[in-house]
Amino acid sequence: MSSAKKFDVIGHARRRVDGRAKVTGQLRYADDLTLPRMLHAKLLRSPHPHALIEAIDIARARSHPGVQLVLTGRDFPVPFGIMPVSQDEYPLAPEHVRYVGDPVAAVIAQDEQAASEALKLIEVTYRALPTIATPEEALAHPETRIHDYGESGNIHRNQAFEFGDVEEALAQSDHVFEDVFFFEGSTHMPMEQHAALAASEGDGRFTLWSSTQNPHYLQRQLARVLQLPAAHIRVIACDNGGGFGGKCDPANHEMVVSKAALMLGRPVKICLTREEVFYLHRGRHPVLMKFRTGVTRDGKLTGMHLQTLLDGGGYGSHGPASTFYTGVLTPLTYELPRFKFEACRVFTNKPACGPKRGHGTPQPRFGQEVQLDKIAERLKLDPADLRLNMVTKANSLTASWLKIGSNGLAECIRQVVEGSGWRQKHGKLPEGRGVGIACSSYMCGAGVSIYWNKMPHSGVALTLDRSGQVTVFCGATEVGQGSDDVLAAIVAETLGISTKEVRCVTGDTGITPVDLGSYSSRVTIMMGNAALQAAGRARDMLVTAAAEQLEVLPASIVLSRGRVFAAGDAAKSMSFAEAVVYAETKFGTLGTVGSYTPPKPPGKFKAAGVGPSPAYSFSACVVEVEVDEHTGWINVPKVWIAHDIGRALNPLLARGQVIGGVYMGLGEALMEEQVFRRLPPKLSDALVHKIPSLLEYKSITSLDMPEVEVILVEDPDPNCPFGAKEVGQGPLLPVMPAVANAIFDAVGVRIDEVPITPEKVLRALQLKREGKNPRVGPERFPDVHYAEPVFVLPPGEGGDGNETKDHYKQAVNKVAERAVS
Amino acid sequence: MMRLPWFQFHAPTSVAEAARMLAGEGPRGMLIAGGTDLLPNMKRRQQTPATLISLARVEGLKKITNGSGLTLGAGLTLTEVVGTLAVREKYRGLWQAAAQVASPHLRNMGTLGGNLCLDTRCNYYNQNEDWREAIGYCMKKEGTTCWVATASKRCLAVSSTDTAPALIALGAKVRLVSSAGERELALASLYNNDGIDYLTRKPDEILTEVVLPGAGGWKSTYWKLRRRGSFDFPLLGVAAAVRAATDGTIEEARLVLGAVSSQPFLAGKASAFLVGKKLSDEVIAEAGTLAASRAKPMDNTDLDVYWRKEVVPSFVGYALREIRGDDMRALRMRIARQQL
Amino acid sequence: MNTMAKPIDRRKAHIRLRVNGEEVEVSFAPYKTLLEVLREDLDLTGTKHGCELGECGACAVLVDGQPLLSCLKLALECDGCSIETIEGLAEGPELHPLQAAFSDHGGSQCGYCTPGVLMTAKGLLDAEPNPSRERIKEALAGNLCRCTGYQQIVDSVEDAARVINEQRAKA
Repeated sequence: MSSAKKFDVIGHARRRVDGRAKVTGQLRYADDLTLPRMLHAKLLRSPHPHALIEAIDIARARSHPGVQLVLTGRDFPVPFGIMPVSQDEYPLAPEHVRYVGDPVAAVIAQDEQAASEALKLIEVTYRALPTIATPEEALAHPETRIHDYGESGNIHRNQAFEFGDVEEALAQSDHVFEDVFFFEGSTHMPMEQHAALAASEGDGRFTLWSSTQNPHYLQRQLARVLQLPAAHIRVIACDNGGGFGGKCDPANHEMVVSKAALMLGRPVKICLTREEVFYLHRGRHPVLMKFRTGVTRDGKLTGMHLQTLLDGGGYGSHGPASTFYTGVLTPLTYELPRFKFEACRVFTNKPACGPKRGHGTPQPRFGQEVQLDKIAERLKLDPADLRLNMVTKANSLTASWLKIGSNGLAECIRQVVEGSGWRQKHGKLPEGRGVGIACSSYMCGAGVSIYWNKMPHSGVALTLDRSGQVTVFCGATEVGQGSDDVLAAIVAETLGISTKEVRCVTGDTGITPVDLGSYSSRVTIMMGNAALQAAGRARDMLVTAAAEQLEVLPASIVLSRGRVFAAGDAAKSMSFAEAVVYAETKFGTLGTVGSYTPPKPPGKFKAAGVGPSPAYSFSACVVEVEVDEHTGWINVPKVWIAHDIGRALNPLLARGQVIGGVYMGLGEALMEEQVFRRLPPKLSDALVHKIPSLLEYKSITSLDMPEVEVILVEDPDPNCPFGAKEVGQGPLLPVMPAVANAIFDAVGVRIDEVPITPEKVLRALQLKREGKNPRVGPERFPDVHYAEPVFVLPPGEGGDGNETKDHYKQAVNKVAERAVS
Repeated sequence: MMRLPWFQFHAPTSVAEAARMLAGEGPRGMLIAGGTDLLPNMKRRQQTPATLISLARVEGLKKITNGSGLTLGAGLTLTEVVGTLAVREKYRGLWQAAAQVASPHLRNMGTLGGNLCLDTRCNYYNQNEDWREAIGYCMKKEGTTCWVATASKRCLAVSSTDTAPALIALGAKVRLVSSAGERELALASLYNNDGIDYLTRKPDEILTEVVLPGAGGWKSTYWKLRRRGSFDFPLLGVAAAVRAATDGTIEEARLVLGAVSSQPFLAGKASAFLVGKKLSDEVIAEAGTLAASRAKPMDNTDLDVYWRKEVVPSFVGYALREIRGDDMRALRMRIARQQL
Repeated sequence: MNTMAKPIDRRKAHIRLRVNGEEVEVSFAPYKTLLEVLREDLDLTGTKHGCELGECGACAVLVDGQPLLSCLKLALECDGCSIETIEGLAEGPELHPLQAAFSDHGGSQCGYCTPGVLMTAKGLLDAEPNPSRERIKEALAGNLCRCTGYQQIVDSVEDAARVINEQRAKA
């Protein structure tokens, strides 16, 4: 923290730049916007989980009072999807519906009441198809295809990688631990329901205001669906009322209002109901996992074989990336000489899963960290020491060719152990009380863009004028995480002014340089580096002009607290605004740009681009629990978490992100689940979201939330602006396994799945009393036909980062030769 | 935004006028008090009355009368009930129940009468119209099958009121007024064990007040099981009221269970078992077992149905231990997440 | 496209009420709740909606001084009521101490639940100037927040209570 003293802005707890607007009701979210002659849209959704549309009759709906337009799948011949390899969605399904809630028609009317009434008048004839409710059913029934693309049957993606010979490593281990875990799906539940407003500008141009985290990708997909030049489409990302990944995908309703506005020449708005938000989903994949992990008797990992099975829901969404992420970040935390992972994502007749805070990684992290707790128990090692003894090193390469830069994990563990009183508590609290520890790591932005290109991932433009006004433009999107504040802070620090002097214009494809969006914890690092470059260039101009005026060497010029002056000579000084005047006089109208492209990944094998990041954050968490042995009731009185953030740009916001991550992680650990109800198949094909409401989808309230003690570990990363790493996603990840491990410490039972509910704890306690294995969790891992892995030698074994072709053929030959000899 | 359907609106100022209007409207009309139960149901089109008769301006529904017992106007909000000193001091079980209904805002709006008349709830029923269409509707509204148990001949929606179990344990009566006259009946008799026809209140009757007998010598409590410290309806409500002699021997006892049937009900055997005994650990355990045998939770609310049955004895135990005078504060904090 | 759309039902109700200290008259479709009338007919979009079913607290406003959910309040029943919304919380250009505290202590992240939380907190502090941390959590138990984990919200309310009490002591 001492290093913060040399900064004026960075490292100081401050009111965020948009703080005032957020507390006065002035902030305009998408549904707060109205325009003259605005119309309202509503979507008709499929009541069937899986069916073909045979006919749609819209005549009665069209003649309903107030109705201006009815759209169906026929109006949208072109499919879309966030990923180039999964263009499998239509704004309105033309013939095939894949979950209850799949949109099939839209009504645009003078008010919402009239639109809703007209929806009831649309008559759709469906032909039901067999319902695929679970991954097991998806694998067992390849003949009932939900999509006609993918690997085969209902397998959307199969991915397999092996870094070094894992079977050999396991064979040579002192112990091999085999465990199966399940992580239930959950949804983002942003408090703001998605809304979008489109307005035609004439000549085929239009503007879309939307609650989106990714205006750039949305603009590209709108261009595709509407067959318009992207330059004719302006997407403005309104301030988001929470995103958490749920507003990353381009969405049906955004396409519908855009098309309607173009056709009608009038503004068209839609706001989804809460139930519809549950249907749009794109949340956490339910993942079944199997870990086979080899360890030495002193508790060092030798190799790991991880298999995952993802329940993808009805569409591709970010699925290919999600599938990778159930494996690729696993080796970041502990030294793991060899690693193999096989992942498979299947389609089912449920709302599509996608990216939710931690995207694909909370699930394997849960399994890995709970398994480590079991390993520590078996080897009679302290779980904190076991971890501490094998943390990865700074500036190292993992077996899977990920480059780790700064690494504060060991410090996180040490501090959280000390802060929580771990040494006095673990294994020592009275029966019914316990503590658990877990760690994690997350990336600071994905190293590659969602669509292949070599252009920058973030661009920032800066203008200064003679009034001293500084305006910064960037496509990054404020979703509540504080990206505008990061932008302003970096510019302000560089130019020696306060954040109040910086006006941020963000998330508008019509006027801001491209930034890929608010996802994968990329904004602070990527936008931040671009801002640093743009502001640095502006600073250079100010320094040159001021030095000339003050008749000192440019190197001696300091910009601080609104002044521009010569170091060590108080007389040689001017205001920031004066310096801008001199610079504008010297250089003409002032403007600079900056951009950022992440470093090339060290791996060269196919798909080596998924997982690499300019930097990684690390976290360690201790959770204390109380468990009632008669009911299984769980209470969490306290959480301690240490997060290696590199540097906290605004510690107030950073702490808020950490606590918010712990909150969401506790929700996933204890109660949140996006689950479905299958009616008896003999009586019905129905497969419905069990609880699409804020009452029954359980999220933690103020009364259920424990106090969280936050420790920020600051070890600045050279790849990051002022050393600042991510904080939006990482702190969620260790919470779920820490809860599970704490429950073991409290009452000696293993709950190998989330959410960990009282009935599961009680069931495990009953097993314990009966002398059986006191564990509740998935019993088996199904047979999944994974692809043959891409084999890559780890850096430690002389690999060059390329795939070793025919490795398996050679291995088979070797075995055969040995047999012959 | 979800919209209410169109409706006609009347705002009478007296009970008599309201009763006349209600009789005039017949089944097309419904009363609205706090609106916290009815309006979500209307937005989801579970209930679509053509006419709403508002009780907001009806005089006399917020009356509190202290006599030998206590009479509470049905129009008192739950917050007002919680704020009534006599309730807090003498009818602890009611106070604890009212304080745990829904959330602070909903208690500021919802009324005592409304909580007693709360529509029965079910995960197959408390859904938007589109959702219900997707399952082909259910017996309670527009359908024929009870999806909770498809062989069931009756609707298994759950009674989810918190105040009714507490009030039944306290021996409360309710006054019902219609244009034809008025009557008073034991609160327990207000309910039927039927998710659809769950009230014995006639469609033209207005529940105007709750009459509590004197509380001398009685101790009462209410324990609620729900997932979170706020918002959630009960998954189990255990209300207990006990009158004991000075040596601790129980003279009268009522153990009432809520949210494990389509009606709140007196656990008769368990209650009778307690009479003549002292609240030893063994007696408490036996009462818990007896009460639990009557609980029939169904798979139509939150949490696992078997687990909800299994924990009934524990919750009965919490209630009786609190009445015995045990220090339950730490446990109350863990279960209710607040001191009560 | 339907260029000759039939006219919609335009029946309107009419009430008078006091909003943030000003007398207003408003006409609206009679099925509307207070939430819809505030946002759509009075252009006070500071009040938010997250479920419209009374399950989140985003729409909380003060009605005659009490925190209520505007999504479950028939506008027809608000005739003559006094409503306070987030737009009326600041005193002129000066932020209310709650607003200042939320800005300075991280009480607001995405800001969407903030209006409902602030109005609920105002209702609390108006009635109880010195609430304990537990009491603050109880009073805010009807406001879901997805960003903060509530801790900095509670910090903010505590700080605002301190500031208000200091201001009172000075006055």
